[in-house]
Amino acid sequence: MYRALFARDVFAELDRMQREMQEAFDLSPSIRGIGRGGFPALNVGGTPQSVEIYAFAPGLDPAAMEVNLDRGLLTIAGERTPDLPSGDDDKAAVHINERFGGRFRRVVSLSDDVDPNTVSADYRDGVLHVHVKRHQSAQPRRIAVQ
Amino acid sequence: MNDTTAVTRNEASRTDAATRNEAGQRSDAALMPPVDVVEDSAGITLRADLPGVPKEKLKLQVEAGTLTIEGEVSIAMPESMEATYAEVSVPRFRRVFTLSKELDTDKVSAEFKHGVLSLRIPKAEHAQPRRIDIKVS
Repeated sequence: MYRALFARDVFAELDRMQREMQEAFDLSPSIRGIGRGGFPALNVGGTPQSVEIYAFAPGLDPAAMEVNLDRGLLTIAGERTPDLPSGDDDKAAVHINERFGGRFRRVVSLSDDVDPNTVSADYRDGVLHVHVKRHQSAQPRRIAVQ
Repeated sequence: MNDTTAVTRNEASRTDAATRNEAGQRSDAALMPPVDVVEDSAGITLRADLPGVPKEKLKLQVEAGTLTIEGEVSIAMPESMEATYAEVSVPRFRRVFTLSKELDTDKVSAEFKHGVLSLRIPKAEHAQPRRIDIKVS
């Protein structure tokens, strides 16, 4: 099952449990999988001029990350190697193992008014920030009354 | 009579303090960062995911046998931005661990890179495993 990314308190945990129950009984989930709770955690916001996506993906090599925008679908994919001791060291004991390890992929469908030619991405303090501008024609305009 | 008043007043102030404390906790709610903890014969390695926390906003504290990791998320966002969807809704991380006595808290070393904190807490000299040579006479 999915790991709780950032457990907060008992109410947040109950909320997550309720969501997982709903997902378990949902007979027709989205074809791209369960929306919430995967790695990396996503925050999405927008301004009148742009769409901003923040992926909380710490400990990655920025060069090995894959960010694609294809027909309005933004894909963030990559791999995070778990840095746990390998099996040959029998003196080491893993007491807590909560951090995500392995391949990941998350897909966001963007609104129609974004301009795919203006995507830019940067990685800082473990957060990937993708910035997409909206089309000039979609910007709000004030019409002068004559 | 006087005593009763004192007791009531005491109780009243205690409830007051409790509510304030509760409210205070609510206002600085924090997320729990996921961690990995691995122990080997020489010490303990702890790794914690703290994405979005710059180095200067990370606070590590060892006090009276507890280790506190605290970090504030600080991400540059456009001023006019409106959040439409959020999985990380609280801009703060906090987690507290109880340390055991054989750990040498004076020699903790920490590294912080790309939002991942790596802490190394060695065991005290006397708690390190020693190999005892057996002399055959």
